[in-house]
Amino acid sequence: MSTHAIEMRGIVKRFPGVLANDAIDFTLEHGEIHGLLGENGAGKTVLMSVLYGLYYPDEGEIIINGTPHRHYRPARAIGLGIGMVHQHFMLVPRLTVAENIMLGQEPTKSGVLLDREAAIRKIEAFSEQYGLPIDARARVEQLPVGEQQRVEIIKALYRGADTLILDEPTAVLTEQEAENLGEALAKLRAEGKSTVLITHKLREAIDMCDRVTVLRKGNVIGTVDAKESSERELAEMMVGRDVVFTVHRSEVEGEPEPVMTVSGVSACDDRGLQALNEIDLELRRHEVLGIAGVQGNGQTELAEVLTGLRPTTGGRILLDDENLAGKGARAFIDAGIAHIPSDRHLRGLVMNFSLRENAILGRHRERRFAPNPFWQKQGAMTRFTQEIIDAFGVKTPSTATLVTNLSGGNQQRLIIGREVTKNPCVIIAAQPTRGLDVGGIEYVREQLLKMRDQGAAVLLISMDLDEILMVSDRIAVIYDGRIVATRDPDAVDRRELGELMLSGTLSEVRRTEAKT
Amino acid sequence: MTPIVRFIRESKFIRETGITLLSVALAFGVGCIILWAAGYSIPAVFANLWKGAFGGKIAVGNTLTKATPIILTSLSFLLAFRCGLFNIGAEGQMYVGAIATAAVGVYLRLPNILHAVVALAAGGLAGALWGWIPGFLRAKRGVNEFVTTMMLSFVAIGLTDYLVAPRGPLHDSEAYANQTYAVLQSARFARILRPTQLSWAIIVAAIAVFVVWYFLFRTASGYELRSVGQSPTAAEYGGIRVKRKMILALSLAGLLAGMAGAGEILGTHFRFVDGFSPGYGWDGIAGGLIARAHPVGTLFSAVLIGALRSGALQVQRSGAAPGDIATVLQGLVIFFVIAPTIVRTVLRSFPSAGHRIRRRFLPRKEVGSEDDVDVEAVNDR
Repeated sequence: MSTHAIEMRGIVKRFPGVLANDAIDFTLEHGEIHGLLGENGAGKTVLMSVLYGLYYPDEGEIIINGTPHRHYRPARAIGLGIGMVHQHFMLVPRLTVAENIMLGQEPTKSGVLLDREAAIRKIEAFSEQYGLPIDARARVEQLPVGEQQRVEIIKALYRGADTLILDEPTAVLTEQEAENLGEALAKLRAEGKSTVLITHKLREAIDMCDRVTVLRKGNVIGTVDAKESSERELAEMMVGRDVVFTVHRSEVEGEPEPVMTVSGVSACDDRGLQALNEIDLELRRHEVLGIAGVQGNGQTELAEVLTGLRPTTGGRILLDDENLAGKGARAFIDAGIAHIPSDRHLRGLVMNFSLRENAILGRHRERRFAPNPFWQKQGAMTRFTQEIIDAFGVKTPSTATLVTNLSGGNQQRLIIGREVTKNPCVIIAAQPTRGLDVGGIEYVREQLLKMRDQGAAVLLISMDLDEILMVSDRIAVIYDGRIVATRDPDAVDRRELGELMLSGTLSEVRRTEAKT
Repeated sequence: MTPIVRFIRESKFIRETGITLLSVALAFGVGCIILWAAGYSIPAVFANLWKGAFGGKIAVGNTLTKATPIILTSLSFLLAFRCGLFNIGAEGQMYVGAIATAAVGVYLRLPNILHAVVALAAGGLAGALWGWIPGFLRAKRGVNEFVTTMMLSFVAIGLTDYLVAPRGPLHDSEAYANQTYAVLQSARFARILRPTQLSWAIIVAAIAVFVVWYFLFRTASGYELRSVGQSPTAAEYGGIRVKRKMILALSLAGLLAGMAGAGEILGTHFRFVDGFSPGYGWDGIAGGLIARAHPVGTLFSAVLIGALRSGALQVQRSGAAPGDIATVLQGLVIFFVIAPTIVRTVLRSFPSAGHRIRRRFLPRKEVGSEDDVDVEAVNDR
């Protein structure tokens, strides 16, 4: 008898104030990659959390390999062969890869002693088999995000998962890494494993999946064959309206005169290894400078150095003839540099603070909020927060709501509202659209261009090459901590950029091609 | 949903208070089981506990006298806690503050009131210095403040003992005990509720509650301090100098604990006596936690601990049970307060019950009024 790998029938899940899943039917076959597509808040993650046992469904039944199950916990789900890789990884940073993977299922020697070697051998075997290269002895905190994700996947496989749930796996990956992931998933499929891929990227759903189920506002809109579908069709199902895929870039009036000059800046990463090697950049008014590159080539460090969050080991950062290199974040803020950080949860927001407390983070010393250190104007804070909420469309019950209760898109709107209203001369935007839905991405890009039109110098760091090409006026490619090339986005060859990002140089063939 | 229902359901204040009251109730419940198992009469113990704590003017006076320093040490603990630091050393900061206050009170000659104010300030500053040391070490050298504050407590207790011991510089040469001379009349706080030792120190403590609240929630500096406690990385992003805030937090924590010691000298004992504190500094940790790190909560948590302390004496006197039962109760309260997750886990073990409760109290609403509310649920895990 052929059974489905997973069958979910009539799943209803309510949260206070929200019906997250409204009688959802979902079927997963053996050996398929199934995309679960929808905007933020459509109920994708909730549905999969129900499957993984994180939530109990209010109604409905779950049939795993032909057997119905009700109200189980993740431990049971793992036993049933379901593994989930969350958007925010559940790894212990201090432990090694092997220790993380074997956590909870440690192999032992003579019953008591940890057998690390056995675990490492097993992990390496998995790594080989599924094309997920990993250094089992490395500490997790030292790995780039892409590798941490591999650790999560191997962890699930190590625990005997037949069904893998990946929650927006490519949100943190470079194009290359995403491609590798796609290959790994194909290998898993060949081994008979099934995968659910939660995503809101259309391209990815079509390229990586066999079938795609689209959710909108807690309902299933439909399930389609990925190969026979198109981005346009999926987009319409997803948002129920036509989506603009390109942002409008107006020609700017102003002259792109330099505002910030970075010369010969070097810096180390958290491990003390050189991450930036004599970076030269010029940020100009009325211009978006895009930094293209494969993740882990110094982008994080660059953003931190240019906002005073990381000390430099050499070079100068000149803003209006003032050298900011070696100064702290406060000096950069006071100089009018705004920062949209890549990690909202860690840097951009204090998650357990309310909106109004977050709305003034970094601006709390401004006269309007604090005329002196012993007086904070509560009314001004609330009014200002309300202004941001109104102007930037932050959806929230009140200004006193904790930001941890907002969706990613609304959190990002709050950050952008806060940074943009500073009227900055320079904006450092690091992966500003990471983890946002279509509407949110569009909005953020428009805001960046608006700031550019108003005369700010924008530095856009993004792993998404499409985004870089779409938004930037100039593109600089970063490779191994160096700026290896600068290009005009309108006259650039994608493959050429890709090669620069991956190898730092152009091959002989291409170089001669470029010459002729 | 009517506004009142909504207020009750959504109010953080009511939720926090409710959890705390539940913890206290659970602690007393478990305390009863222990008493029963040990063969003591539960009604007799609680009757005497009440009598000793609140049965009459003198009992209330004693309870409040004991609560006074605990309010300040609780504030000391929570101020550091709000900055993400553990000040385990309020006891030592209190001793240092007390000896400084006593020195000023005995040897300096100043007019009434002014003398008391200067003595109080001296105690606060000495405590602040004692808090600054671990703050500095933490910020500049990364030394764990948990260890340093605690260890410096023992240094402080030993140091002050030396100062008042025979041949020590501050010793009262007419007494056999290790103590200073009595502080001058001009430096003493007036007694409020004779014949108990309740003094103006409790007013000072109450003002401190307000000042700490104002500082934390109504000043930019307090905002920065709380940011550091909630997320040092986000604070750094916001241009807040994290290390300075840590030093400030531990110094202020020391200041409050030092004032607790000063209050004891100026209002209760009128001189520094070695071992004058029965552990008020350590009680501050409990007080701060029971107050759920909210300044106003310390008024109640300190009175609770003070009541247990003075009630315990009565229990002991009456012979209903050993006075240590109060310490047991105090421990249980802390246990249940800092472990609300236990309550949650218990609820979660009976999903169908929790399910029914949720179904009944959380009616279905339209989709889209808020997106992604599940974030909190995920964080809860």
